[in-house]
Parts: sequence; structure tokens; C-alpha cells
Amino acid sequence: MLDDTPRTLVKVRDLKMHFPIFAGLFRRRVGEVKAVDGVSFDIIEGETLGLVGESGCGKSTCGRAVLRLYDITSGSISIDGQEIGDAGYQKLRPMRPQMQMVFQDPQASLNPRMTVARIISEPLDEHTTLSKAEKQERVYELMDAVGLNRDFANRYPHEFSGGQRQRIGIARALALNPKFIVCDEPIAALDVSIQAQVVNLLEELQDKFNLTYLFISHDLSMVRHIADRVAVMYLGKVAELAPRDALYSKPLHPYTEALLSAVPEPDPNVETRRERIILRGDVPSPAHPPQGCNFSTRCPKVMDICHQSDPDMQEVEPGHFVACHLYPPTTKPTTKNMVASEANKSIQQGE
Amino acid sequence: MTDTAPQITEEAFRRPRNQWWDVWDQFRTHKGALVGFIIFITIMVAVLIGPYLWTIDPGYIDIRARNQGPTLAHPLGTDQLGRDMLARMMAGGKVSVAVGVTSMALSLILGTLIGVLAGYFKKLDGPLMRFTDLFLALPLLPLLLVMVMLFREALSSRFGPETGIFILMVTAIGITSWMQTARIVRGDVLALKEREFVLAARSIGTPSYRMILRHILPNVMSPVMVSATLGIASAIITESSLSFLGLGFPPDFPTWGRLLFDAVDYLNQYPERVFWPGLAISLTVLSVNYIGDGLRDALDPRIRGR
Repeated sequence: MLDDTPRTLVKVRDLKMHFPIFAGLFRRRVGEVKAVDGVSFDIIEGETLGLVGESGCGKSTCGRAVLRLYDITSGSISIDGQEIGDAGYQKLRPMRPQMQMVFQDPQASLNPRMTVARIISEPLDEHTTLSKAEKQERVYELMDAVGLNRDFANRYPHEFSGGQRQRIGIARALALNPKFIVCDEPIAALDVSIQAQVVNLLEELQDKFNLTYLFISHDLSMVRHIADRVAVMYLGKVAELAPRDALYSKPLHPYTEALLSAVPEPDPNVETRRERIILRGDVPSPAHPPQGCNFSTRCPKVMDICHQSDPDMQEVEPGHFVACHLYPPTTKPTTKNMVASEANKSIQQGE
Repeated sequence: MTDTAPQITEEAFRRPRNQWWDVWDQFRTHKGALVGFIIFITIMVAVLIGPYLWTIDPGYIDIRARNQGPTLAHPLGTDQLGRDMLARMMAGGKVSVAVGVTSMALSLILGTLIGVLAGYFKKLDGPLMRFTDLFLALPLLPLLLVMVMLFREALSSRFGPETGIFILMVTAIGITSWMQTARIVRGDVLALKEREFVLAARSIGTPSYRMILRHILPNVMSPVMVSATLGIASAIITESSLSFLGLGFPPDFPTWGRLLFDAVDYLNQYPERVFWPGLAISLTVLSVNYIGDGLRDALDPRIRGR
């Protein structure tokens, strides 16, 4: 998608993850939840791709599917040039050290019966042949790296605060020197003061170890802080994918606009004058997505074509991709044109 | 705390300690468990070492000394055939405890294995749980009857009458009492395997058997412990009932259950003869229950240190 001078580490093409629904007396398959339905993106080595969207839009499923924690329905995932979309357990296992995950709930992601030292050394037990002393040394190194006191090694997860637990989870993810880490809402379960600490830690570690992140979050301000590029998901599909500044200053997709308008403004004067785009209705069930564009049921700028055909992802500006019928595939409007045409369309909607 | 720089001073820095020391420390703070542990050890010592000190043969019949009360020669008295009650208690205890512990272990291993497999592997869930339901629906007493009828002779001739019957009893009790454990374990495993730490282990690439050993089993220890301790109790009692029905050990072979049932006939004249085996069974069961309770607490790091 982007020019190839920086190396692309993760390449996801048309990823689909459908969960079957069984119902009735005989548990027959009656449909499927299309949690992720045709997602494509690239992640360049060393960058952070933010993945945002509201609850239930398939962000986490997408993150887990990229790491092949699920058996994906279709699509291709390649990490560091190796295709893992259809790889079996035996082929995946040697790949695991390269790709790790930081989980949302630091309480649930640590085994309550294991000490911190055992939790952090579990990846080492699985993939290395270090001696006991070497493992312990590595555990201490990792604890230093994430800012945990070495003396905590013998303690159990329940003895820590949320932020410290998340640090343990990060240390575990770092244990095998991964290249790519999926951060699945790593800050959602933490309070605001701790969120900043954890995010800064993640950034620090990224610089230190040259990590590549897929940062899943619903917190747009935080994504703006940490991400280099941002993908906006709605109902299993990517609505817009753009460099951070372009996305925040000039959102193209109506859904992105609505999302951004919901971000609170710290300045009370601006906040009172701010015009919010309030979307009506609920997110449709991913088991029965609407015909045409997924967002057509709630879009303030909906057109006839939106109910008929699903818009394709297209590059409107360099590096700025959007899947919306507002931007016809033939023309590449400049900024001015676009604003004008957008205005026209909303007037047409009013008629 | 969160941002303290790592201090590697000598006094603040402790090497990892074997976690079984923590378990023992916590176990000691549970008074009931400690008392239960001491009682259980005492019973075990009495039963295992006692016969070497109190050398009267439990089968020796002294018909002139029958139905005696407690005397120096027979501290617990004698039974209707003049056999020494103390010697019979010790010999019977060895068998009863052995049957209880062994069949409990068997049913626990079976139940945990089936529960974990059913809970963890979705494909096995249906067949294994229907198999469990099948066993739950079987009428146990007729099943035991049939087993004893079919295998008693074969096992007796193969391993000798006592060992043969012992194997038969343990197997019979073991394979008819694992279903509750299996169901409890399956339920817990189903809940556990959706937890994020299991997902985290999968993202590391942990294979299934190590996932089960490292993450699933330690977390289902609590219910297993509880059903284990209850299992010993019910195994001892089942053995007693089987002996009573004439399906267990031979009538002259003492077990606590057999002593109890022999003494029931003389309940009015010699109530103390019911009292001793009854007390022994109750104490064993109770102490094992307390030990299980204490162990369960000690094995859970969240309760430890409270």
C-alpha cells in the first residue's frame, strides 16, 4: 500500500474472521458473526499502527487473528515475509517469539498461581534452553526494563496494582525479543494517571528495542499520542486508514468525523462551542450486517448507492485510504474540492 | 511504588524461595488443618507401627476371654469370640485407610483426567460427558455385585485372597465415584480456558499438555482438593457397607467397617465396641477434611498470608 522504502513487517490482506452461530435443538449452524470481515493493512517496521473503533467493532478479534490465536476464516497474514494465515501449530510455534501480545485486563492475563518470576520466564521456558541462572538473570533484566523492582520477583499478581500488573504483562511480552507486539487495549483497564505511565513505557521500549506495535484502543486521544498511522474500524471493516496527523486534522470518512467529534476538548471555551456529530441508532449486529456499506444505517451523509454496494478501499491522498462512496474512485479530489463536494452532498441529503 | 528504580541492594534483594515453603507456612497458620494433620499422622503411626508393639494376633480366638471390658491385657476389651479389639482396630485401620486413600486417588485421577479432557478439548466434551452421565445413571450396588461375582475368584487366585479383594475393592470404589469430580473439574476448566492468561500462554506457543499442567491444573486444585477429602470419607464408608453385605473382605478379616457392623448386634450389651471403630472412622474422615481445607487455602496464593 505504501511505498516500499521502509520495510513492511506485517502485511494483512482481506482478513476474515467469522464465528459460527449454532442454534436450535440440533445445534445446527444458522449463521455467523462476521467479527472481522475483509481487513487489509500493512505495518511498517518500527511504527505504531493505531486501531480504533467502538466496542464490538472487531478490533480485539482482529488483533488476535493477526497473531493467529484464532483459526482465521480466510485471508492472508504475513509477518516478516512469512505467511502464517494458514500455518498449523507446528509451523507457528517457532514464529511465536517474533510476535507477542499485551492484554487488556492485566488481572486476567496473569495466572494467579504463578509468581512474577515464573510468569515472565514462561516464554523462556518454552523457547529457549537457558540454564536456570541465566533465565533468572534475564527475568531481572526484563523487570528492570519495565521498571519493576527486582524484589517483586517472588510475589504473586494479586499483590500488585493495575499498572504494575500491566508492566509484568509487558515484561512477559518482551521476554523473547519480539519484533511485533499487538497491544490489545493495554490501557483500557487502568486509571488515567497510570495510563500515561504505561504508554510512555511502551514508547520508551519501542525506541530501545525497535518494536513494531499494533495498538488497539478506543481512546482516540491516546492513539493520537502514540500512533504513527491510524486505522478506524467499523463493524468488522476498516473505514479509514491514514497517517495520524492527516486523520485527526482532516477525517474523510463520516464515521471518523463522528468519532473525532466525540473526543472531549480540554479548553472549556472550545468545548462549549464544539459541535458534536451524534450518530443515531445502534451498531448493527455483525451477524446481520446491512446491505451495501456497513455504516449506511447510521451515516449522516448516506446516499442511495450506500445501500446497494459496499465501497472499496481507495487511496484518496497519498497514504490516506478511505472506504466511502463520497469519494468516487475515478477522481482524486484536492482538499478544497472535497470539502465543497462534501458540503454539496450534505445539502443534497437535506432535500 | 510503580516508578521506583530497581534497587539491587543486598538487603532488599532476595533470591526466589521455593514456593512449597510458603505453602507450609500458610498451612501452619490454619489451626484446624494442623490439628487434623497431627491426628491423621497419629492414626497412621498407630495403624502402621502399632502392630509391631502390640503383638497379639488380631485373629487369635480366646473364647474364654470373650466379651470382656477394658482390662490391662485387652485395653479396648475383646469381641464375642474373645479376639483382642485393640489388635483388630489396628489391623482393620490399615486396610480401611489403605482402601480409602487408594480408591480416592484412583477416582481423583480418573475424574480429573476426564474432566480436564472434556473441558479443554471441545471435540471430547460431548462423548466424555455422556460417558460420565452413563456412569451416573448406573445403579451402583448391582454393578458392584456383578463386579465382585465376576472378578473375585480370578483376582483371589492371582494375587491371594486379601490382595485380590483389596484390588477389587479399590477398583470398584474408584471407578464408581469419579463422576462428581469430573463434572466439577470440567466446569472449572471451561471457565478457565477462556481466561486471558490461557490466551497469553497460547500466544507464547505453549503446547496443550503443558498448558494443562501449568495453567489449568493448578487452578482447579481447590475443587479437586475438596472432592478428594470427601472422597476418602465416602470410600471408607462404601467399603464398610460392602463388607457388611458380604461382598467385601472375608468376614474374619478386620476392617473398621466390618468391626462396626459386627458390633451392631451387641449394641445394647457392649456399646463401647461400636464406639471405637466409629470414632476411628469419624476422626480419620474429619482430620482428612481439615487437611484438605488447609491445603486448599495454602495452595491459593490469594488467600496465603491472610
